[in-house]
Amino acid sequence: MIEVNRKGEVWVFAEQEDESLNDVSLELVGRARQLADRLGVKVGAVLAGWNVRELSYRLIAHGVDHVYHVHDTRLEHYRTLPYARVMCQLIEKYKPQIVMYGATPIGRDLAPRIASELKAGLTADCTDLEIGDYTDPKSKQVHKDLLMQIRPAFGGNIIATIINYDRWPQMATVREGVMRMREGDPKRTGKIIEETIEFNDFDLAVKLIERHREARKVNLKAARIIVAGGGGVGSKENFQLIHDLAGALGGAVGASRAAVDGGFISKDHQVGQTGTTVRPALYVACGISGAVQHRAGMEESAKIIAINWDKDAPIFGVAHYGIVGDLNKVIPMMIKAIKERG
Amino acid sequence: MSYDCIVCVKQVPDTSNITGEAMKADGTVNRAALPAIFNPEDLHALEAALAIREAHGGTVTVLTMGPPAACEVLRDCLYRGADRAILITDRRAAASDTLATSYILSQAVRKIGRYDFVFCGRQAIDGDTAQVGPQLAEKLHLPQVTYFEKLVDLSGKTARIRRNVGNGWEVLETRLPVLVTVLDTANEPRPAAARRVMRYKRARAVVELAGEVNAALPDATAAEKEAEVARRQEALQAKGLMIEQWNLDDIQADLQWCGMAGSPTKVHRVQSIVLTKEGFTPVEPTEEGIRKMIHELIVDHTIG
Repeated sequence: MIEVNRKGEVWVFAEQEDESLNDVSLELVGRARQLADRLGVKVGAVLAGWNVRELSYRLIAHGVDHVYHVHDTRLEHYRTLPYARVMCQLIEKYKPQIVMYGATPIGRDLAPRIASELKAGLTADCTDLEIGDYTDPKSKQVHKDLLMQIRPAFGGNIIATIINYDRWPQMATVREGVMRMREGDPKRTGKIIEETIEFNDFDLAVKLIERHREARKVNLKAARIIVAGGGGVGSKENFQLIHDLAGALGGAVGASRAAVDGGFISKDHQVGQTGTTVRPALYVACGISGAVQHRAGMEESAKIIAINWDKDAPIFGVAHYGIVGDLNKVIPMMIKAIKERG
Repeated sequence: MSYDCIVCVKQVPDTSNITGEAMKADGTVNRAALPAIFNPEDLHALEAALAIREAHGGTVTVLTMGPPAACEVLRDCLYRGADRAILITDRRAAASDTLATSYILSQAVRKIGRYDFVFCGRQAIDGDTAQVGPQLAEKLHLPQVTYFEKLVDLSGKTARIRRNVGNGWEVLETRLPVLVTVLDTANEPRPAAARRVMRYKRARAVVELAGEVNAALPDATAAEKEAEVARRQEALQAKGLMIEQWNLDDIQADLQWCGMAGSPTKVHRVQSIVLTKEGFTPVEPTEEGIRKMIHELIVDHTIG
C-alpha cells in the first residue's frame, strides 16, 4: 500500500496509440495542472511505448512538469499486464497523490488492475474533479485537500462525490470530452525522466496476435451540429427522419441509449454517460426524454432544441428551445423551414 | 480436453427504466420501487461459458454476491444451463466498493478451486464502473482479457480471444486460467429451457428456506423451525436442488478487506438530479413557430 503523501505529484497516464496521444490525455493534463497548482505540487505524466519520446513535448506544452518516459519494444502496443507493471512500479517509486486515466477502453482496462495491485481506491467515469476538504461525520477528523471525484451513478439518476482519504494514490478514470482541452504553450519547459522497467514472464503472458484499427466512422465530438433521436422516434425506419434533419442542417446523427438499445442505430452514435460526450453549437434532441445519463453527455451544447410530446420530459430542463409536439410532424416542418431559408 | 468455467453474475436494479413512480417526492430514487433484473452483460458472460461447455465439455459454475433475493438470478442461470450455483451472502460484505467486492469474489473463486475461465459481464448497470472484472483478475493473479467478443481458438491450455477495443479489434493469445469480461455484442444469450425451469424452480438457498419456514410456521419455536429448515434442506439436497450458500467465514475472507473497512473509496455526497426548469423558449409546433425559431438560429449564426 502507498502511504498518504501530501507532497506527491498529480499524475496523468498519457495514453497513446500508434505514436499519437489520445485527446483525453491532454484534457486530463489541463485539469491536472489546475489541481496541482491548487495543491502546490508538480504535474507528472507517464508516457510508455516504443518510439514515442517526441510526445513528451506536447505533454509539457499542455502543462506537464515531469514526463516519466519508458521506452521498450514490448510496450509498442498496449497490453494490460506490462502497462500495469510500468504504472505500479512508477507509482511505488514516486508516490503521486493523484493519478488520472482517460475512461477509454484502455484506461478502463488498466486502471482497475493497478488499483487492485496497489490496494488503492479508484472511481470510474468521473465527470468532474475538484480539491476539497472532508470532515468525517463520526470521528470529526478533517481531511484537507482531498480529490473530490464526481460521477453520475445509478444509471445517471444521482451524482455522487467519492473520496478516498486513507489508501492512496487517489485514482480516477475520467470521461472523454468532459474536460476542455487547453491550448498548448510550445515555450513551456519540463523534464523528461527516462525509466526502465523489468518485466517477468507473467507480465508477458498474453500475446497480441492480430490488431485491427478503424478510423471512427462517426465523429460526434467534432460535429458542430448534432441531431439526436431517442426512444420516442419509435422505429429504425422512422429514424430516417433524424438522418434527414441532420442532412438538412449539415450535422451528425446522435442517439440516446434507448434508441441504441431499440436497434434504431449503432452504438457509435450514442451520446451520454456510456457514449460520447459532446458540446456542439446546436443539439437537436428528438424524442429523447432526457435521462440524466444522456443529459450529462450533451447539456453543455451551446444551443439545445428539444422536441418531445411529453411537456414534463426532463430534456426540457436543459433546452433553450422547447417544442411540445409530435416529432413526426415537427421534423418535416423544420426541414422545410431550413430549406426555404437556404 | 474439457474446461471448467466460473461465471460471476449480479442482480441489479433496472436503472434503464426509471419511471416517475421510482422517484420519491424529494427527487431521490426509490430503489425499492425498481424491478431487480439480471445484469444484462452477465447473461452474455454466462452464454460464453455455456458455449465452451457445449463445444468442449466441462462445467459451468455461477457465483453471485448479494442479499438472499439474488438467488433469483442464480435460478435463472440454472434454467439456462448452469451446473452449479453459489450465493455469497453476508451482512459484513455490505457497503463493499469494487475493490472489496473483487476481494470477496476472489476468495470464493479460490474455494471453488478448479477452473480454466472466470467470466464476468463487462460492467453492471447500477454502477457502470467495469472495475470488478480486472480487479478480480489481479486478485487471482490471472491474465485478463476485457471486452470479449469471440472465442477464436481454444486448445490445450491456450485460448485466442477476439476483443473489441472501441476503435477496432484485436486477437489476444492467453494461457489458462484467464479472466474474461464479456460485451453484450458477443453473443445471443440462450433462453431458459422449459424442462430446466420445471426442475430448478424449486432450487433454494438455506437462507430462502429459513424465510419460507418462518412464513409457513409463524408460531413454531426456534428449534422447530430449525428442524423444518433442515428437513427441507435434506429433501432438496437429495434432488440436487440446493443453491450453495457461503458467508465470509466459509471463504476465509480477511474482514479487513471486506465491506466498509476494505473499501478505499467512500461516498462523500450524493445529489439527486434535481430537474432545473430555468425556462426555455417555447416553440409552437406549427409551421410559423418553427420558421421563427429557425430564423433566430440563422440570425445568431448557429446554423446556416
